[in-house]
Amino acid sequence: MNNSEIAIKVRNIGKRYRLGLEEESNDTITKTIVNLVKTPVKNFKKYRSLYQFDSLNPEDDIDSPDILWALKDVSFDIKRGEVVGIIGTNGAGKSTLLKILSRITTPTKGRIEIRGRVSSLLEVGTGFHQELTGRENVYLNGTILGMKKKEVDKNFDEIIDFSGVEKFLDTPVKRYSSGMRVRLAFAVAAYLEPEILVVDEVLAVGDASFQRKCLNKMQDVGKGGRTVLFVSHSMPSINRLCERVILLDGGNILQDGPAHDVVSAYLGAGYDSSAAREWTDPNTAPGGEFVRLRAVRAKGEDGKTAEAVDITKPVAIEMEYEVLKPGHVLMPHFHIFNDEGVRIFVALDQDPEWRGKARPKGRYTSAGWIPGNLLSEGTLFASAAMLTLEPDVTQFIERDAISFHVVDNGAEESARGSYARDLRGVIRPLLKWETKLIE
Amino acid sequence: MSNSKNNSDAVTIIKPAGGWELLDFKELVEYRDLFLFMMWRDIKVLYAQTVLGFGWAILQPLIQILIFTIIFGKIAKIPTDGIPYFLFTTVAIIPWAYMASAMTQSSQSLITGQNMLGKIYFPRLIFPITPILTNLVGFVISLIIIVATLVFYRIPPTGNMWLLPIFLIYMMCVPAAIGLWLSSLAIRFRDVKFVILFGIRMLMYTAPIVYSASTIPEAYRFIYALNPVVGVIEGYRACLLGTEIPWEYIVPGMASTLILLVSGAFYFRKMERIVVDVI
Repeated sequence: MNNSEIAIKVRNIGKRYRLGLEEESNDTITKTIVNLVKTPVKNFKKYRSLYQFDSLNPEDDIDSPDILWALKDVSFDIKRGEVVGIIGTNGAGKSTLLKILSRITTPTKGRIEIRGRVSSLLEVGTGFHQELTGRENVYLNGTILGMKKKEVDKNFDEIIDFSGVEKFLDTPVKRYSSGMRVRLAFAVAAYLEPEILVVDEVLAVGDASFQRKCLNKMQDVGKGGRTVLFVSHSMPSINRLCERVILLDGGNILQDGPAHDVVSAYLGAGYDSSAAREWTDPNTAPGGEFVRLRAVRAKGEDGKTAEAVDITKPVAIEMEYEVLKPGHVLMPHFHIFNDEGVRIFVALDQDPEWRGKARPKGRYTSAGWIPGNLLSEGTLFASAAMLTLEPDVTQFIERDAISFHVVDNGAEESARGSYARDLRGVIRPLLKWETKLIE
Repeated sequence: MSNSKNNSDAVTIIKPAGGWELLDFKELVEYRDLFLFMMWRDIKVLYAQTVLGFGWAILQPLIQILIFTIIFGKIAKIPTDGIPYFLFTTVAIIPWAYMASAMTQSSQSLITGQNMLGKIYFPRLIFPITPILTNLVGFVISLIIIVATLVFYRIPPTGNMWLLPIFLIYMMCVPAAIGLWLSSLAIRFRDVKFVILFGIRMLMYTAPIVYSASTIPEAYRFIYALNPVVGVIEGYRACLLGTEIPWEYIVPGMASTLILLVSGAFYFRKMERIVVDVI
């Protein structure tokens, strides 16, 4: 690979932190007095040692309880124009890597070479000041993000237009609603024009429609030939925005490859979701004297718990429950929500075997199969609920009992086809299409 | 952007912190727009939602001058080499008020700005330097008091006036030197916020602000003059009142300021690279 094609070259990066250790407590008066004298010396050593270490090898610190290697040995190259996602569980080292790349903190070892102008966006609205007006904060925030005043001037009208707060331009930001503040802050960030953009999970703010607007804007940034590094917990947006994904785990790179492969592997490994839940203690399980919930899970066609489901494949939501007193007609049902909190549908158990029949005591499972090509991409939440009929009494409702991901791997024929951009809608059925040339 | 072509070839190297390095003034120039907006923010915010606004820049030192004149001039009757006490203390308090306020803000600057430090990169030097410059606004406004006082006492412009720019720069170097040191110490040792409180009081009483330096015994004058504030105050007094310039009070302070400033710059540079991890 030609050297000039590489935008970011990361070699053997490691980062060590010293954690705070528990303080001793004083339980006697004598000890308190002794410590009063000893504490200043101890504190001085402690605070000085906040940044003094001996070894540069992570293996040497394995026994030190107060030392943490947030990143151990990370190397990768990013080509100019690539859009790369970084995923991993909490504590995998994502934020540390971003902080090093954006020069907020320095690595403990290793070396990074970045070619081109970098902007990093770890937060929107950094440096916003309550007492300043919207207009003033746009300039302040813009320059903090690395724009020149001239660049803010050039984009000012568009920024205001994007934020939708024209009317409050000369009002101090302290009188803004939190939503308005976020919109203004994001609008500034959206007009950054760096060659390399480093973005943290900043989309978790603002309302859903504004988030979408921002995602699309960011997609345009990627398409504009810019190099983008993007950390997110939202697998659909990672899948949509990035060609390549780096999976971090425990400070090392676990996988680095095409977005769909890495995301599926990550979701499949069950890092991030909880597609199955069990209640082992019958006394604390949801429910009452008649029936208690014992487990909820999402299953794939193979019968195994499925954290991630291909959008073209069916998925079953199953609950396991124990009937404690016989003689009641039961109605198990699920509520399915998407990650915006929209209730997509409610499914009631319609198995003819038990419809209208009083149940004997025992352990049951009820599973409802959701066909492939119905749900939309994203994270789905299932609430498990139970009714006893005549009279209708709710026995339990376990809200968001489980969650699972619907992913579009692009391998099978889905409703998306070859369209690569954001597809809206709470469901995504694959319709039968007829297109004819009629004249 | 006009110079984007140059930038795309620019290579940023990120490597572990280490060793002693010079401050990167070139980078500071690159970030001058941010620097200007940060200064402007501080000035604007200081007087936001106040009735008197910039009036406070006059009222604050004026009240202090009046109190000192009553207590030290009228009641304690401190000798001032024949200069009216109000005049004597006015020319000292105005530069002192600037230095005290600038060094307090500068020392705390990294702590008060820690949120921003953790979210975005910019030359950290902007933080301690901003108060040194923003406080000049209040200082320049409060010069009205000095001018009015000089006019009232019919003191003509003196032959020493041409030295005033030197003492202006010297006056800015004092809080800059202390601010660089204390702001970088404060990220690990929060004790700084207590030290600065009585430190300021100590600096004030060990400088000839309410009394005259001529009362110091000859033998101790050199040690006395090592306090950087002494030279600034004596310099202003000589320039504005036309007395002979007491270099023996000024040169030692200038030297100690220079040492503090250079060492502070190195120490700050060393600490700024790790500030986010330890703050």
